[in-house]
Order: sequence, then C-alpha cells, then structure tokens
Amino acid sequence: MATIRIAAPDTASAGEVIELKVLIQHPMETGYRSGPDGKRIERDIIETFEVTYDGETVFEADLQPGIAANPIFTFYTRATTSGPIVFKWTGQDGESWSETHDLTVE
Amino acid sequence: MKAGLAFLSALCLSACGDDAASTQSPPAQPQPLLSGYEFLQPQTRALQDDNFANPGFLWIDRGEALFSTAAASGEACSDCHTDTSLPLAGAAAHYPQIDAESGDLVNLEARINLCRTRYQDEAPLEYESDELLSLTAYVAYLSRGTPVSVDIEGAAADWYARGRDYFETRRGQFNLSCTQCHDDNWGKKLRGDTISQGHGTGFPAYRLEWQSLGSLHRRLRDCDAGVRAEPRMFGSDDYLAVELYLAKRAEGLEIETPGVRR
Amino acid sequence: MKTLSRQKSFARRSFLQLGAAGLVATALPLRAAADAADADAAIREIFGDKPLNEGRVSVKLPPIAENGNSVAITVAAESLMSPDDYVRRIAIISPRNPIAEVAVFKLGPRAGKAEISTRIRMAGTQRIRAVAELSDGTLWHGSASTVVTLAACLIG
Ligand code: HEC
Ligand code: HEC
Repeated sequence: MATIRIAAPDTASAGEVIELKVLIQHPMETGYRSGPDGKRIERDIIETFEVTYDGETVFEADLQPGIAANPIFTFYTRATTSGPIVFKWTGQDGESWSETHDLTVE
Repeated sequence: MKAGLAFLSALCLSACGDDAASTQSPPAQPQPLLSGYEFLQPQTRALQDDNFANPGFLWIDRGEALFSTAAASGEACSDCHTDTSLPLAGAAAHYPQIDAESGDLVNLEARINLCRTRYQDEAPLEYESDELLSLTAYVAYLSRGTPVSVDIEGAAADWYARGRDYFETRRGQFNLSCTQCHDDNWGKKLRGDTISQGHGTGFPAYRLEWQSLGSLHRRLRDCDAGVRAEPRMFGSDDYLAVELYLAKRAEGLEIETPGVRR
Repeated sequence: MKTLSRQKSFARRSFLQLGAAGLVATALPLRAAADAADADAAIREIFGDKPLNEGRVSVKLPPIAENGNSVAITVAAESLMSPDDYVRRIAIISPRNPIAEVAVFKLGPRAGKAEISTRIRMAGTQRIRAVAELSDGTLWHGSASTVVTLAACLIG
C-alpha cells in the first residue's frame, strides 16, 4: 500500500500543454544508512516511473537512491484526446503501484 | 565546544537564578511568540505552504481514508464524527486535556485510541505507526488555523506543574534544560540549525531529517537525545505533561499541521 | 559546518557547538562519496562518449538547503518540442553523492515542454549537473550549486 497524490487538470483543449504533478509515499531507502541498532538498512527504492496516455508512453524516469524519500515529480504533456493518463511506479523487487487520471479534451 | 558550553553556563547562572514564581503560574511565553515555521529557510516554508507538495499530506490523505473505514464494531470514525454531530474541527487545539471518564490526561493520539477501544472494539494503535500518525495528522489538520488553548485547572493542574518542572530541569551529559535552549537562546545557531522557541504546533510534522512524518513525542526524544539524556517513552507521563506545558506556553499560536521542519 | 549570514533576521551568533550533539542519531555513509571524475563517467555511461555543449539547459536550485535529504530542483531544456526537434532524455548528476547518477528522464515530442521538477538528496554542498540529449543526438549541459547547511550523512 502506498498513498499517491496526483494533481492534473480534468479538462484541457486539444494541443494544450498541461502540467502533471505526482507524489507517492515511499522511503527511497538508500542502503547506506544504519538504523538505531547499528544494523544496515537494506536498500529499498522505486526504480522506474512511467506515464502512459493515448496509447503511448509519454514520460519515463529511471530513479537512483539520490531521489528524495516520498518522490515528487512535476512534468508536462500535450493534451491530445480524451482518455486515461496512467501513472505507474515500480519498485526494485518488481512491486508496483499505479493510479489513473481521466482527462477530457474539448 | 567548551567555549560554547561555558558561555551557556554563564548565561544560565544569571537566567536560572530568578526562581520561576510558582509552578502554577502561567508560563513565561517567549516574546514575540513565534512558530518554528518562522525559523525555517524560505524553501522549507514554501514546502509547508504547498498543499500538494507538502509530504505530510500523504499521511493526511491516508488518515482521511482510515477515518471513514469501518472498524471491528462496524462503525467508522466518520459514522460518529460528522459536521453536525461530534464535529472534530478545532478539537485538536484543546489537547492534551483530562478525559472525564478515566480522569487521565490524554493527548490527541491517546484520545483517538480511546475511541478505538471504547467505541470500535479495536486495539489501540502504536505510537509512530503509520495508522496512528495518519489519523492524528488528519484530526489535527481539521484544526489547522485554530489557536491553541488548553485547560490547566483542576485535575490538569498537577500535570501542568510536572510538565513545567520537566521543561526547566537540566538533564543529560550536557546538563541542559529545555528552557535554556528554547526560552533563553531561541534565534541563535546550533550547528546548521537555528533554535526556535520549541512549540509543538506543527506536529505531527514532516521532518526532512526523518524523511517522514513524526509525532511531537518523537521530536522530544530527539531533543532529549541531543543533550545526551535518556529519551522518555512515546506516550510517557513525562512527555504528556511537557506536551501540556508546551501547549499552554504556545497559547495564541495556531495549529499548523502538517508542519514541515528541517 | 557552514552557516550563512543571510539566514534569518533573528539569527544571532552561534552560541554553542554541541558538534553532532546529535538531534541526529543515525549513521555514516557506508560508501565513499563520488567525485568529479565519477560524474563524468556517469554521463558517458548514460549518453556515450560525445562532446558536452554548454548551454540550453538550466538548473534551478535554492542557494541554501537546510537539510540535504530533500532539495527542490527544476531542470529545463530549450527546445521546440516539435516532432522533429525535441528533447529525448535529461539526466541529473551529482558529483558528491555515493552514486553520481540521480535520475534519467525520458521525454519526447509529446511532452510539449522539456521541464522537470523533483526533490533530490545532496550529500553536502555541491554543483549539481544536468545533461539533455536532443533528438539530433547532441548533448547540452547546465549546472547550479547549493550550500547544504545540514548535510545529512545518510545520503544515497
Ligand atoms: C541543546 C538545545 C536544546 C535543548 C536542551 C532542547 N531542544 Fe528542543 N530543539 C532544539 C533544536 C536545535 C530544535 C530544532 C530546531 C527548532 O528549534 O525548531 C528543537 C526543536 C524542538 C521542538 C520542535 C519545534 C518546531 O517548531 O518544530 C520542540 C517542540 C522542542 N524542541 C521542545 C523541547 C523540549 C520540550 C525540550 C526539553 C525536554 C527541548 N526541546 C530541549 C534544541 C534544543
Ligand atoms: C461510536 C461512536 C464513535 C466512534 C466510532 C468514534 N468516536 Fe470519537 N468520540 C465519540 C464520542 C462520544 C466522543 C466524546 C467523548 C467521549 O464521550 O468519549 C468522541 C471524542 C473524540 C475526540 C475528541 C473530541 C473533542 O472535542 O475533544 C476525537 C479527537 C475523536 N473522538 C476521534 C475519533 C477517531 C479518530 C475515531 C476513529 C478512529 C473515532 N473518534 C471514532 C464517539 C465515537
């Protein structure tokens, strides 16, 4: 379970460049820290973030431990047709989380 | 480091001499009264002010979802607490307070756990668990902007006195009291940090250092550990008492959960 | 640890140095930090051995970050973002973190605007670099620095 927040417009005109903001709850544990007991905390990061819209991948990110905990991204896409924008995060062990936002293009 | 400590001891000899009237009198509020927010860099303040990007909202969203999830009793928090019946807006600003039924001092976390055990047939949630942090943050958020005001009369009086005593007592290898940092030296530098007046009004808060949301008691444990004193347990009587003292001392400041701190 | 004078109006002088008096109870990195050479190597690994042109890429960072665990960054590349003239990839590189590569973003003509904001970890004061690869295969480079006043020593 991971809490996800998405900020995106519900409607846009065709051709308009829209801003997408996403935030997900995840420690992005670097693997370089030790806990209070002195034991090393295992690395646990989200490795990829992918956005598909109108049948295509429109944004993709490969992440390293240098991305802060609870990763946030702001980026853009051009509104083409009405449909779902799907946001998907995949962890290092293959676990994934996704969220869909419906955009109406007028 | 030696010089710094010597400076501090000198400071204290003059400041700690005037025997703080009686433990029952109202706290000496720092003047002007300033939230920890005022001591942050502009970008950290901007993060707190951004209702999307402030990572504390991840917990608040979760808290909101938990609030309307049915418990073992079949009832969700939202079945009893609505806008018209037992509304919670503003409630957090009056905690800690004495629970009439048990006579104990409870903070917001303990109050939420009381509802779980009394009305929902659920076990209390553990301090710093994601669930308790989320519910506490959500309920505190419903009071964002409400000025703190707590009752220190009656059964709360002894708790208040105990909290004040904890605040003014030197402890740890560094032999420092809360007062010495947060009443006498706020605004000064400690490492890369600026010492604030030590108010709890932003909590549960997202600390960049923790990379997570955390309770006020977690912050207090960091302060006690910072002077090399044994941190008290989460929810301990000492910390509940200090929480009450801090709330009285912060009266007038607004709840700002979810705060963002260094 | 450096503290800048422009902090706050009521930031008076330093009154005691408890050193790491902790308020931080965690640990040292288990790996040495990267350096400038590692950053160059990371850029070659991602984009191949091509010349880096200065310009067209801007990096925005705050002048001071009070904790290296989370620093806001915006990277933008000048581009028409048209079907035949667009930004293919943007990489964020740290010359001082244990791993030089922070993230690689894949865009395309459909992005409409080649700009990305995120928050990164910074193991201390440094100049963060960004490289954009355009659709014609050329590489463009920009950078910006931040003074980290509390470099959390738990950086990746
Ligand atoms: C050595 C100095 C020192 C002592 C002693 C100390 N603190 Fe702190 N405290 C700090 C620093 C530094 C911070 C982080 C910066 C700030 O003040 O907000 C802090 C933060 C806090 C905060 C959070 C403020 C905010 O807005 O986020 C509270 C509450 C607090 N302290 C209470 C206490 C209490 C209660 C005690 C005694 C048990 C105590 N402190 C002892 C230095 C100290
Ligand atoms: C069956 C009804 C019921 C449920 C379910 C319930 N509560 Fe309550 N709650 C009450 C009542 C009644 C009070 C008033 C104090 C009392 O009688 O214990 C109260 C008081 C409170 C208060 C203090 C309000 C104030 O003004 O001081 C808080 C905070 C609170 N509840 C939070 C919660 C949360 C969070 C949940 C879910 C985890 C929850 N409650 C579930 C009935 C309920």
